[in-house]
Amino acid sequence: MSLYKYPFWEVLMHSFSKEVWEQVIPALGETMYMVVISSVFVLLFGVILGLVVVLTGKEGLFPCAPLHAVLGAIINCFRSLPQVIIIIVMLPVARLLLGQSYGSNACIISLIASCVPMFARLVESSLLEIGKGKIEAAKAMGSSNARILFQIMLPETLPSLIRSFTNAIVIVISMTALAGSFGAGGIGYIAVTFGYTRYQHDLLFATIIVLILIVQLVQLCGDAFSKMILKKRHLI
Amino acid sequence: MEDCFIEVKGLWKTFHNKKESVPVLKGIDLEVKKGEIYGIVGFSGAGKSTLVRCINRLEEPDAGMVRIGDKIVTSLNKKELDLQRSKIGMIFQQFNLFDSMTVYENIAYPLRVKKWKKEDIHRRIDELLDLVGLADKKDAYPGQLSGGQKQRVGIARALANEPDVLLSDEATSALDPQTTVSVLDLIKEINQKLGLTIILITHELEVIRYTCSRVAVMENGELLEKGSVREIFENPQCETAKNFISVYNKLRSSGWDG
Ligand SMILES: Nc1ncnc2c1ncn2[C@@H]1O[C@H](COP(=O)(O)OP(=O)(O)O)[C@@H](O)[C@H]1O
Ligand SMILES: [Mg+2]
Repeated sequence: MSLYKYPFWEVLMHSFSKEVWEQVIPALGETMYMVVISSVFVLLFGVILGLVVVLTGKEGLFPCAPLHAVLGAIINCFRSLPQVIIIIVMLPVARLLLGQSYGSNACIISLIASCVPMFARLVESSLLEIGKGKIEAAKAMGSSNARILFQIMLPETLPSLIRSFTNAIVIVISMTALAGSFGAGGIGYIAVTFGYTRYQHDLLFATIIVLILIVQLVQLCGDAFSKMILKKRHLI
Repeated sequence: MEDCFIEVKGLWKTFHNKKESVPVLKGIDLEVKKGEIYGIVGFSGAGKSTLVRCINRLEEPDAGMVRIGDKIVTSLNKKELDLQRSKIGMIFQQFNLFDSMTVYENIAYPLRVKKWKKEDIHRRIDELLDLVGLADKKDAYPGQLSGGQKQRVGIARALANEPDVLLSDEATSALDPQTTVSVLDLIKEINQKLGLTIILITHELEVIRYTCSRVAVMENGELLEKGSVREIFENPQCETAKNFISVYNKLRSSGWDG
């Protein structure tokens, strides 16, 4: 149903119809697949990268200026490219790694390339929130650096890390939709193909509703989880 | 001095930032006897924290020597230093408790670092909580405690490994006067009971008067004057000391009493 032929309310109502959702739900499945797999990798690599950046910093546990500078520069390079460009740039890389440059798995490669550097920066700023004094207190007790990392830095900043990860997932979701228009399938593909090219605005509305709901849900869960920990520690 | 337990000799430390190099410690000499509470007083920026942080090498001095007992702290390697550090307790103005851990876990941390057995940790923490009067707060989080209670946990944590030395860097500066007195009483108590040697840093002269036997006055990276607390109060030599004492007397005569 196009907005050019039907009134707004009719199109909106029709976006809840069975035939629309018969197309949206499988697409949602594809999107969720890409979001979940990408988020797992983003979490893993982002935390590692963010940690290494913080640890090698001037005030870090293992100061190493060259590595710190190189990693910072690489992260900045990726972060200065718009997401569309990262997707295009990563297509040949995906072909190299997976043998194909279209489909969900190729999309996941682009998502990782774009979101890991972003999440690493979020992890970095979360980790830097920890008071220097706490780390010094641990050092003054003769604590090893590994113990400081795993028993002080990560647990102390956990609520903030969870908030950062929530933000990262939201960005992964929006990028998945974007990647949809480059042959990745999923919600983004539906929105572009039917909503933009074929004026099927009921489908477009349905994708919008789905995206809003997923993002709300993710944000809600992330906030609740982070708050729960802060409450347990009596920090709020 | 034959009975001196902590000895600092010719300690230099310069911080380098982009524009300039700022010498913060300029040849500090200090001798602290076993079992005494030694005060270091000075205005903010004098270099007190840097000095005390050089004693357990949270800051690496550029030159000079620090000795505690028969250990030359400044020539220990990393492993020996970690061992030595567990014998030096430290408490801080901002308490620096770990918010993600309960009181119990906070105090257990240094014991776990030293690989104590579970039952021993249990027993030791009960002892320590009794000592600092917080037996009922074992499972509380630092977020549930008042400033004074936090500092008591800080003290219990600093004492966990049965250290011979306690370094106190403005430990009462964030507390109200009543709480300050109660924490200072606790510090005096542990000094008596455990024979701990304590270096107490503060910018408040009344804290020195209440707690310490001897004191050094610090200004601009130098110890201008050293002596018994009584000598300094009765007959201050340097301008900084005179200044401190006149401010102290003004506060006292206007009815304020720390
Ligand atoms: N890590 C550092 N880098 C640069 N300058 C520092 C550092 N730590 C302390 N300083 C400077 O050294 C001086 C003394 O600081 P500090 O020892 O904290 O004094 P105090 O504890 O007596 O207030 C201050 O001027 C401070 O700015
Ligand atoms: Mg200080």
